[in-house]
Amino acid sequence: MSRKALWAWLLIGGPLAVFSAWALVDNTRLYLVTLLNSLTLASLYFIVASGFTLVFGLMRNVNLAHGSLYLLGGYIGFTIAEKTGWWLIAVAGGFLAAAVAGLLIQVLLLRHMQGQELRQTMVTIGLSIVIADILLWIFTGQVHQMEAPEWLQGPIRDIPVIRAYSAYRLSLLGFGIAIGVFLWWLLNRTKVGAMIRAGVDDRAMLSAAGVNVNLVFAVTFMLGAGLAGFGGVIGAVELSMVPGEDTRLLLASLIVVIVGGMGSVVGAAIGAVILGLAETYGLAYAPTYSVVFTFVILILVLAFRPRGIMGRST
Amino acid sequence: MSAARWRRAMSPGATLPAAAAPRPAPAARMPLPAAAPDPYADSGAPRWLKFLWRHLSARHVVVAAFLLVFPFVATPFITFQIAGQALALGLIALSLTFLGGYGGMISLAQLTIGGIAGYAVSILGTSATELSLGWPWWVVIPFALVIATACAALIGWLSVRTEGIYTIMITLAFGVAFYYLALQNYTIFNGFQGFQKVYPPTVLGVDWRSPVPFYFLALACALAGYCFVKWLVRAPFGVALQGIRDNPRRMEALGFHVVAHRVAAYAVAGLMAAVGGILLVWYNGLITPNSVNTGWLINILVIAVLGGMRHPIGAFIGAVVFVLLQTFAIDLIDRERFNLLIGGVFLAIVLFSPDGLLGLWAKLRSRFGPDQVTTSPLRRQA
Repeated sequence: MSRKALWAWLLIGGPLAVFSAWALVDNTRLYLVTLLNSLTLASLYFIVASGFTLVFGLMRNVNLAHGSLYLLGGYIGFTIAEKTGWWLIAVAGGFLAAAVAGLLIQVLLLRHMQGQELRQTMVTIGLSIVIADILLWIFTGQVHQMEAPEWLQGPIRDIPVIRAYSAYRLSLLGFGIAIGVFLWWLLNRTKVGAMIRAGVDDRAMLSAAGVNVNLVFAVTFMLGAGLAGFGGVIGAVELSMVPGEDTRLLLASLIVVIVGGMGSVVGAAIGAVILGLAETYGLAYAPTYSVVFTFVILILVLAFRPRGIMGRST
Repeated sequence: MSAARWRRAMSPGATLPAAAAPRPAPAARMPLPAAAPDPYADSGAPRWLKFLWRHLSARHVVVAAFLLVFPFVATPFITFQIAGQALALGLIALSLTFLGGYGGMISLAQLTIGGIAGYAVSILGTSATELSLGWPWWVVIPFALVIATACAALIGWLSVRTEGIYTIMITLAFGVAFYYLALQNYTIFNGFQGFQKVYPPTVLGVDWRSPVPFYFLALACALAGYCFVKWLVRAPFGVALQGIRDNPRRMEALGFHVVAHRVAAYAVAGLMAAVGGILLVWYNGLITPNSVNTGWLINILVIAVLGGMRHPIGAFIGAVVFVLLQTFAIDLIDRERFNLLIGGVFLAIVLFSPDGLLGLWAKLRSRFGPDQVTTSPLRRQA
């Protein structure tokens, strides 16, 4: 095992180390800026995908409307920011709107077909078509770009080597870490978290222990959807909002949870970092083939760890 | 009991002597009534005639006659835009029906397979773009089919490593990844522009893109695919596949190689999707990344579910309904809101009739019509 692991690390890490050494010597600034870009992108992916993986882990429900909830949160946040001018209210509004939408989906539709995973997934597919089209109807196909709040506008200057970097972009990293810590605290230190973890392991037993499983499901779905909406608002500043972004974030969430392991928040973090690195470095160093790197990672993980890096057999 | 009698007893056709019995299975164990209404049973008639007699019924003849006469009655617009497109889309949806209905694997990458075949035809064959290699069609088409089938087997091999609900996610990821690859890559896939003017070759002096020839080309492919699926699901491979769908562990214990069967199912479905994809490229005359975007991946699922996944004909019924909705949405509701319409219809079907229009038909029939079994008992507990 240890020998095999060593070989795996050498085979994967060796070329990466060689590439990093070459890139550092060749153009240090580009390399470091790309590193920051990929980490900030990764934290956005983590925020969105952690909601996806939470819902999946507890309910075995692949919510393919997750990307639409991301876009919904983004548009609602954009509208609120236009009307009030308060960025923080916009973030809260985006979170709440997506959470309420998620709650409605869970209570009105998915609850009635518990256990029929395929049917639930198809319902979310249908919802994603409908939501995407309604959003296109209301907000048209134009590109919407949100303003960063004043205190995060402009670049941070005088960083060694990198020189200047967008303050907002850097704050994404903070958001990602904050959400990660919050989720860790929620899952490991609170009663709701204990229920969710128990539900991930054995739903029937949790129900038998006297917990209202439907309530736990509803709360988790709300939280997962809300995280998508939250990601939508903070992503709306950095990435633009336009129909099609929902698919992009859905794909990112899918890859993150496939690579990281479904149902695991830590796995989502690992997967998000890997995807962020692969995508950004791919775009910076080999633009026409950047998707291929993501694809290769996906294939490698599926070939050697079919359940993802942190995945457990169920 | 002879093998021929066994086969006859198992086939739930209209010619079955035990049609009045609710299930044919017990009849197989009992000796059949002596006066079986099969005049060719013991005569020296050729085998294909016997086969036709057993498997054809009046409705088959009616449908076949309709399909043959149809293009000469309908306008070229309907023949080409509706029937031609529906047959090509139906063939791709049929590959999904085969995978999903008989293999229990819902793959969203079937259109991607078709897209790969379409791109292969465009890249290797002729188009308006300089990237095309311009090989002759009789080299291009086998190549495209082989490439697409190999890709399907690869996707299948990776997807079946995980199972159930994971399949849908992984195949969706593959499909969207291929879309982005085609979008971003300019050296092979020509990026956003894709390939224009990809037309079928003129063979035997016939322009295969004019409505009636294209219709018959698509019809022949679709019919071949339909009969192939009908035959395959009764062949040992298909029966084993259905066993694997229902209980993979038991089949494994019986000595079947579960993964190999599943990958083979992906490859077979991939071949059908590839044929459909080539037809679709010829129909559109072009292929761009938007031909393989998420919307279209999902549309194939919509078509298959709309028609019903219990029977191969569902794919074509779904395709006809889908194309009709797409074409005439402009009259029902704003053209721009087609996605809302199709999404709503899809939601309604999934919520109220999970077996699609075929399931709806079966329900209506059992309520109002004579007491008959519309779906084969072999597949009822899917």
